[in-house]
Parts: sequence; structure tokens; C-alpha cells
Amino acid sequence: MKYKLGTLAVAGLMAASPVMADLVFPSLSYRTGPYAAGGIPFADGYADYFTMLNARDGGIGGVMAKVIECETGYNTEKGVECYESTKGEGALVYQPLSTGITYQLIPKTTADNIPMHTMGYGRTSAANGKVFSHTFNYPANYWNGASGAINYLLSENGGDLKGKKVALVYHNSAYGKEPIRTLQELSAKHGFEFKEVPVDHPGQEQKSQWLQIRRDKPDYVIMYGWGVMNQVAVQEAANIRFPMENFIGIWWSGSENDVLAAGDKADGYKALTFHGVGDDFPVFDDIQKHVVDAGNAAGAGDQIGTVLYNRGLYAAMLAAEAAKTAQEIHGTADITPAMMRDGMENLEITEEKMAGLGMPNFGPSFSVSCDNHGGPGLIGMTQWDATAKEWKLISEFSETDMSVIQPLIDADSGAYASENNIEAGCK
Amino acid sequence: MPEQLAFTIEVFLNGLMAGVLYALVALGFVLIYKASGIFNYAQGVMALFAAMTLVGIQNGQVPFSHLINAILGTDVHHFGWHVHSAIAIVFTVAVMVLLAVCVQRFVFRHLVGQEPIILFMATIGLAYFLEGVADLMWGSEIKSLNVCATEGACLPQGLNMWIDETTYNAFGYGFFIDNLDIVASIVAIILVVGLVMFAQYTKQGRAMRAVADDHQAALSVGVSLNFIWILVWSLAGFVALVAGIMWGAKSGVQFSLSLIALKALPVLMLGGFTSIPGAIVGGLIIGVGEKLFEFLIGAPFLGGATENWFAYMLALLFLVFRPQGLFGEKIIERV
Repeated sequence: MKYKLGTLAVAGLMAASPVMADLVFPSLSYRTGPYAAGGIPFADGYADYFTMLNARDGGIGGVMAKVIECETGYNTEKGVECYESTKGEGALVYQPLSTGITYQLIPKTTADNIPMHTMGYGRTSAANGKVFSHTFNYPANYWNGASGAINYLLSENGGDLKGKKVALVYHNSAYGKEPIRTLQELSAKHGFEFKEVPVDHPGQEQKSQWLQIRRDKPDYVIMYGWGVMNQVAVQEAANIRFPMENFIGIWWSGSENDVLAAGDKADGYKALTFHGVGDDFPVFDDIQKHVVDAGNAAGAGDQIGTVLYNRGLYAAMLAAEAAKTAQEIHGTADITPAMMRDGMENLEITEEKMAGLGMPNFGPSFSVSCDNHGGPGLIGMTQWDATAKEWKLISEFSETDMSVIQPLIDADSGAYASENNIEAGCK
Repeated sequence: MPEQLAFTIEVFLNGLMAGVLYALVALGFVLIYKASGIFNYAQGVMALFAAMTLVGIQNGQVPFSHLINAILGTDVHHFGWHVHSAIAIVFTVAVMVLLAVCVQRFVFRHLVGQEPIILFMATIGLAYFLEGVADLMWGSEIKSLNVCATEGACLPQGLNMWIDETTYNAFGYGFFIDNLDIVASIVAIILVVGLVMFAQYTKQGRAMRAVADDHQAALSVGVSLNFIWILVWSLAGFVALVAGIMWGAKSGVQFSLSLIALKALPVLMLGGFTSIPGAIVGGLIIGVGEKLFEFLIGAPFLGGATENWFAYMLALLFLVFRPQGLFGEKIIERV
């Protein structure tokens, strides 16, 4: 009711206001280069959602949304250039879509008072909003992913992983190393043996790593991969006849791109997720009607319902809902980046709200606060069906082990605060 | 057989197989460098372009469809047919020959007599141009490659399982060798024998060698430099297609394929830029060296992921003691 009243108030304000500038949402995309196959559907999903809001609802709170796309090629320097060249356009929130760009933009966005959303990537300890005032990584981060995988394995093994071997095959970069500390802690807590297996970039050749896995015979393999590393790993796992149902990828290793090349051999492979899969949601009817059929799709319209398209769509939905929240808080439809930050910090996503948006159970219900910019870290599990060529959600969005993760977040964000002379606290 | 020894042998065998795949990429570099003195930076992108063209033809994809649809407002993506692998390969080879003609006619014909660094720069430009054309022509999505070799249809199904079982019965340890690696090895042997025989026993091959030895002398006896360059770029295009098929079968055909050139560089440094056998032997040494190092030292003592830098370190060591590589020609300049 409060939400509806707020919306009515904003609409009333709009009616009495002069013509306002667009709400600007920059999209730092990568439609070219080695990672374009992953970047294109995300960028399409992000853009199509705002196009749909403009066509169906007349924008957000009566103000049209404008997506400014800037090509980064998944290159950190280009990403920073994109930020610098678009921030003057009234950018409300940045989605860098790269951990490297995120690290560069954390101090810049803070200084410029522009919020940044790094959904499922970036600096994990940014979940501590008292230190990272302008960075948000809800609804889940890499450490939630690691804990989500272990929780799933616990549920598969009657709550006991003692004596089991779990190997982590990871991209040998800052991103790939993110879950190591969490998994070490969880290994100590649950008594499983933990083994690290790094793969050098780009990961086209992984023979050594999979021979090592063949020799060590882990019960489960968790993968934090990216790009070509994912496809090769799935292929190599199939080659050594590692049981696919015991092979779990993080959400960046769990798109159609990662499994189609291996054909039927990828059947049963699992991946973590923090959002829904498939196109069986009412929102896609609106996308089809107002965007694709109208000839306004960002891409060819052939990516709708794919994992990464859905992720882009979900990111756009969260940005739009944060903008609505900001409009309600500040009583104006013409919000600034600082107001947008407030909207993100007070964002509340409920099942009722998602159902109203045509996305029932598309993601977990959560709320954001100054203390917690990362949300509750609820994680679901998906599984690849090679025959139907689709991902299926096989679990609920479940809680992760915050008793292990929170101390790690506090320690890492505390170290960042002291390195950068940041006085932690809520603004 | 002691388990550690069995593992080491298994790693050694897989290193040999990986080396063959590296050598396949290196061969394309050698062919062009040997005949024209050009270090072809675009060789990795040629492998990508060839593999994308092959899959595009196989799947009946309309080239430049996104561009056509954007300009004309149409919605065409596929011709609606599927082309057999063998026919698709023939068409792809034809496209690579056409590419060779264009490269020679529009780029290198105008650069004859220029410094090697200028020619190298031209290949950098060519690489980025080709990457862009491949993207426009066939799209950026990852495509699965389905030719007989990669599906095991060219070899008895389950050959690797047979090897596993046989070696287990004989030695008490079942060795793992990937079907695709076996295919790659056979293809590489056929390719190298074919290239060597072509160079030794055909008129065009001898002309190619003559140009490689001395451009001026070859011109003076009536060898057409233009024709030889087109021939060499066509052969490099064919080798790129083979490499693209083998690597693309592992990972799917995608833009990362162009990065396989990085795997060929240490092979070239080690085997020499002018020797076909050097590329093979260099590939095998790099393959075995990096795998054994990772297994015996890298993973247990250094945290793993040592293969990339170890390959370059090994090549650097060879460079220090034998700059022309194992099989390269020693450069003697008289003044």
C-alpha cells in the first residue's frame, strides 16, 4: 500500500512538473572481443527491459529511461574511459560487468557520488556498506556462491561432507581466487578435503588440470571459470568421464555458451544462480510485445530467455526498482545519482513486487541496508538438460553460511578502510 | 608399475598430444615466414576465421545476416540447409584461397621490398580487420563444431576407453588419451608429410622453396612472386583451418580461438621460424616440457598454473643458446 501511495505521489508530482531530463542508465557492455558471446545477451537484456518500461509504462515514475551503451571489450582501461565519458550525462548507476573495471571504479564512483552495482561479481567485501558507501553487490557475491555450493553438497550428502574431496578449478586471476578463503574455512568447518586447481588465462588448454583431477578423484568439482575456460573444462570433464552431476560452476560458468559446445556430454552439469532461468515468466510477453515485435530490441531478439539475457534483465529490473524507491524517498521523479544511491540502499524486493513486475520467483526476496549492500546471499542451483537444451532451476533460493562469510567480509573491508583512510559508518 | 611412474608416463603422453596441437598452429607461421620473411600476426585470427566460415557454411548461415537485416529491414539468418562436413571444408578452403588472393593483391603487393617491421605491422592490421569481418559475417556467439573427427566417427568409438582398458590390463594403470588428440596427431602427421612432399616433389613447391631461399634469384628464373605468395598464404589458410577445427572442437568455435597463436610463439622460438620439422619437434618439446613441469614441480611446489610462463621460459633458454631455434637456419650476413 505504501509502495502504491508513493507511486501515486510521484505520478502527481510528475503531472505538475516541467519537462524533465531522461533517467540515464549507462551500460558498459562488451559486444566485441573474446567475451562477446557473454556480453551481448547481458547488454540486450539490460537495454530491452528499459525499452519495455518506456513503451509500456512511459518510463520510470513518468520519466523516460535512457540507456547509454559504451563498449569496453571487457578491457579495464576502456571500461574506465567509458565511465569518464558517460558520467557527465547524468548517469544514475553503473554496472561495470567486469571485476577489473569494478576495482578501478570503486574510488572514482565514491568520489563522484555515483552508485555502482556489481551483481554477482566485483569486490565481494563491498557488501559492507559502511566502508563501500557507493558500491552495491546484492543479491549475491562470490563467497555466497562458494557457500551455496557447499550447502547444496551438504544437502545431497545428508548434511555430512566428512571424508569427501572437493576440488576447485579456477581461473587463475583475482576473480577465480575469490572463493578460496571461504572454501578453506568451510572445509575446516565441515571436514571435507579441499584441493585447488588453477587454470591459466585464457584456459584453452587444461589437460594437466584434468589429469590431476582424474588422478586425485575428487567427489565434487566446483568451477570459477570465465570465457573459453568454461567450455574447455566441461569438455575435459566429460572426456575423463567425471560425473557431470558432481560438477558445479559458479554463475559465470553456467550459461548456454558454456555447455552447448560439449553437446550431450554436458548433460547434468550444474551451476549456481541468483536469478531465474528460462522464458516462462509474464515479463517476457511484454518484452516480446513492446520491444521485439515493435522492432526495438537491442539485439536480434534471439537471446531472450537465455541465462545471460535474464541476468541483464534482472540487473535492469533491480536498477529500475531502486530508481522508483529513490523517487519515493525524495518525492521527485527527476532523481540525481546521490538520490539513486539512497534508493539502492533502501531497496526492498519482495515476492509480491516481483509478481507484479511479471517476474514471480525470478529471484530471491531481499532488502538492502547501509550495513549490508550485498543482500542476504540466497543461492539457487540450476542443471543443464542437454536434450531439451535448457537450464532448469532444481532448488529453492537458499541461505548461505553467513557465520563464515560475514567475518571474511568484515576483515577484508576493514583492511580496505584502513588502507584508504575510510571512516566506516552510515551516511 | 609404480603409480607415480604411471602418472608421469600419462602426463608425458598427453604432453606429446598437446604439443601436436601447438605445432598445428605454428606450422602456419612457418610457411609464411619461410617463403616471405613475414611474421604473420594474423595466423591465430585466420584459424578463427576459417573455423567460423566452416561452421557457418555447415549450418547454412547467411553471411553478414545482421548487417543485411539492419540495412534492408529483412529477417534472414539461415538458408535452411545443412552442408556435409566434407563439402563445407572444400568451400572453406576456397574462401581461404580467396582471402589469400585478397591479402596479396590489396596488401602485400603494395609492400614488396618494405622493411620486415612494416610487413609485420600490416599483419597486425590484417588480424584486427579479419576479426571484425568474421564477427560481422558470422556473429559472435559460440558455435559447436561437428565434423567427423571431433565426434569420434573417424576413429572407432570409445578408442580412448579401449586404450584405458588395455593399458590397465597390461600395466595395472589405465592411461587416458583423448580421442580428439589421437585424431589431431594423425591429421598433423598427414599434413606435415603432405607439405614436405609438396615442397620437395612439385613444381610449385620447388618454386616456393626457391623464393624462400632468394627472392631475386627466383624472379630472375621466371618464378612469379605474386603466385608464390598467394600459394603460401593459401597453404597457411588451410593449416589455419585444420588448427581451427582441432581447437574449435575442444572449446566450440569462438573468438578466443584467435588466442591460440600465443601457444605457437614459444614453439616457433624453440623450433625456428623456417623449419616445418622444427615446428613439430618444437611443439612436442613445449607440450611435454610444460606438462611434466606442471606435474612434477608446478602443481606440488608452486601452486600450479605454470604452463604458460614455463613454455616461454623454456623457449627463452633455447633462444639464449641457439637464437635461430633448433632447426632454424643460421643467419650469416657477409659485409
